[in-house]
Amino acid sequence: MATVVQAVRMALHVGEDRLGVTDIFGEDIGPPLGGAFTQTQGLRTAWNSPLDERGIIGTAIGLALAGQKPVCEIQFCDYIFNTIDLLKIAGNTLWSSNGQWNVPMVCITPVGSGIRGSIYHSHSFDATATHIPGWKVVMPSNPLDAYGLMLSAIVDPNPVMYLLPKALMRTRALPEELIPGEPGDDKALSKMIDAPLGDRTQWRAEWPDTPNLFVPIGKANVLRQGEHVTVISCGRLVREAMRASDELRAEGVSVEVIDLRSLYPYDWDAIKSSVRKTHRVLVVNEDTEITNFGEHLIRRIVEELFYELYAPPRLLAGAFVPGIGLADNLEHASVPQRSQMVTLLRELASHEP
Amino acid sequence: MSMTTTEATTHGAVGADDTSIAPELLLQMHAHMVTARVLEERLITMYRQGDGYFWIGGPGEEAFNVPLGMLVHKGEGIAYDYLHLHYRSSGTLVALGADPVDSLRQMKNTATDPYSGGRNFGSHYSVKRWNVVPVSSPIEVQYSMCTGTAIAQKRAGSKGITIVQGGDAGTAEGDFATCLVWSSRKGHESPVLIIVTNNRYGISTPWEGQHGEERVSDRGKAFGMPTVTIDGNDPETSYHAIKKAMDYVRTEKKPYLLEVMVSRLHGHSSASGANFVTNERDCLKDFEAKLEARGLRTRKEMDEMRAKVTQELLEASKRVREEPQPEGSTIYDHIFADKNYVAGER
Repeated sequence: MATVVQAVRMALHVGEDRLGVTDIFGEDIGPPLGGAFTQTQGLRTAWNSPLDERGIIGTAIGLALAGQKPVCEIQFCDYIFNTIDLLKIAGNTLWSSNGQWNVPMVCITPVGSGIRGSIYHSHSFDATATHIPGWKVVMPSNPLDAYGLMLSAIVDPNPVMYLLPKALMRTRALPEELIPGEPGDDKALSKMIDAPLGDRTQWRAEWPDTPNLFVPIGKANVLRQGEHVTVISCGRLVREAMRASDELRAEGVSVEVIDLRSLYPYDWDAIKSSVRKTHRVLVVNEDTEITNFGEHLIRRIVEELFYELYAPPRLLAGAFVPGIGLADNLEHASVPQRSQMVTLLRELASHEP
Repeated sequence: MSMTTTEATTHGAVGADDTSIAPELLLQMHAHMVTARVLEERLITMYRQGDGYFWIGGPGEEAFNVPLGMLVHKGEGIAYDYLHLHYRSSGTLVALGADPVDSLRQMKNTATDPYSGGRNFGSHYSVKRWNVVPVSSPIEVQYSMCTGTAIAQKRAGSKGITIVQGGDAGTAEGDFATCLVWSSRKGHESPVLIIVTNNRYGISTPWEGQHGEERVSDRGKAFGMPTVTIDGNDPETSYHAIKKAMDYVRTEKKPYLLEVMVSRLHGHSSASGANFVTNERDCLKDFEAKLEARGLRTRKEMDEMRAKVTQELLEASKRVREEPQPEGSTIYDHIFADKNYVAGER
């Protein structure tokens, strides 16, 4: 059962092996480390860049303009903010040239809290990423989606921002999330594709034969059907939402769980169908709550589905504070917790107009 | 800090007195310079007459930008040179063979503007078939992007090189350092001709108060790349210097830093009035005096050339005025390539 990070690595291998990826690069991406989270170990086209985020994004744009297929990485999204104008250029080049130049690049960046990353390893980037037109933005919540979304990002002719929840890196696939072709045995897979400790100069990965399995960008996953209330989330908080739903099931509350998977374009049809069914909705993410992407979803739900609603839609998001403090209590107080989800979902489910 | 002679640094001198350029080539160069200058004058006039919202351009840089365009290995794809230019590059585009009327279309933001369809300011060129990547308004970003095309060219074993150009003030941005660092990585050097056209100003701010380094070109020395500062007001000096630098980059697949002293004859942009300045050298005037002295073209011929282009562009500007503007409904076009694309569901 692959972990999220192994799934990303296998997808990148498929990318360079048969989907035209020419460069996988960023800080510490090449040997010997193979990525701060081991996500690029053993990859043929992986190389180390200077410690220069603007250079990484700029070079990826240049490679894409020259007909290459780059996958670049900003090691933590906390360090992507000095590249915003370059991200805007990647997103506006096709538009500003009136259709002449597309920019087929992928940018991976680890996001979010959950590893006690303190002020500069806990940022979220979804609110900012979805504010840059011309980019597609995806965020997986499990190994299978991590694999399939990466393949889709690679073959997409546009810039794709691949937000990788860092707290999920070592999360293993559930049985239904097995990637076809991977050995189900953890140790067997690790032996094949995890670089050994110590000297790695002679080591080569032995890649399992995994298929071109695309998770389409723009399609949400309705993980659990429910009747009383819908929770819409993505990334790390999806499993928390599932657990919240488990807890409420015992109380007789039936929660529908939607994993967005793509933030832009997002699956409005899935949201619409669900709200029409449950009439109550909670949007959950961990970016700061002011001008949050979830606010956009709620605005649209209110505008287009107002008469379907039995309760005011709710947003559970990160506190609008300058950073996430290191101590447990500080982090817990800053990002959504399962207990808060349970409370809000319970309130919503019992709310009548 | 005006320069009248060229200065040799690590890569040897480039002779200002080198007259080995064939007369036909000099005359072609002159013709392009006239067209480029008249084009800028027409664009300024259009702005003043309300046929454009903003002007920015490169009058005063023709003696460098024209030879640059003439020397480019022009074409589409990694076999050819990539051009990461900025908004003072009309002379280069004219020399590449661009129709000056298309610049008028961009100034008038018509739907027929081939560079941006009426979306971008004038002089913000984009020509896919010649590898002219889109010019954007943010200063210096092209220096972070150019390493990508250069890496692709080197990997392909291409004859093509990457050419990046911007101004002196922009070298204060981190992107300039990015370009120096990335293009000179040991064992991974990339074929970038790094050009800085130095007009000694950032909008209204003089170079002297903001920079401690004597020359921009000096910064290349720390990275082991050949560097030179040349007099960009002399097209023959420019031609030789560009050729020498291009030969080096093409052959060695390594970076070369070329600093070019130029004039800024109509100020920064229309925001500062775009009036002609009288205290800077005019490269076209100087070159015409030279051509006349050498008996290559008479004053009368040159006056007639200029009058003819002026008249042609005046008439073209009237026609362009009648061309359609883009429809508001087109704002959603070209946000995504292949906008209905969904991987796995083709």
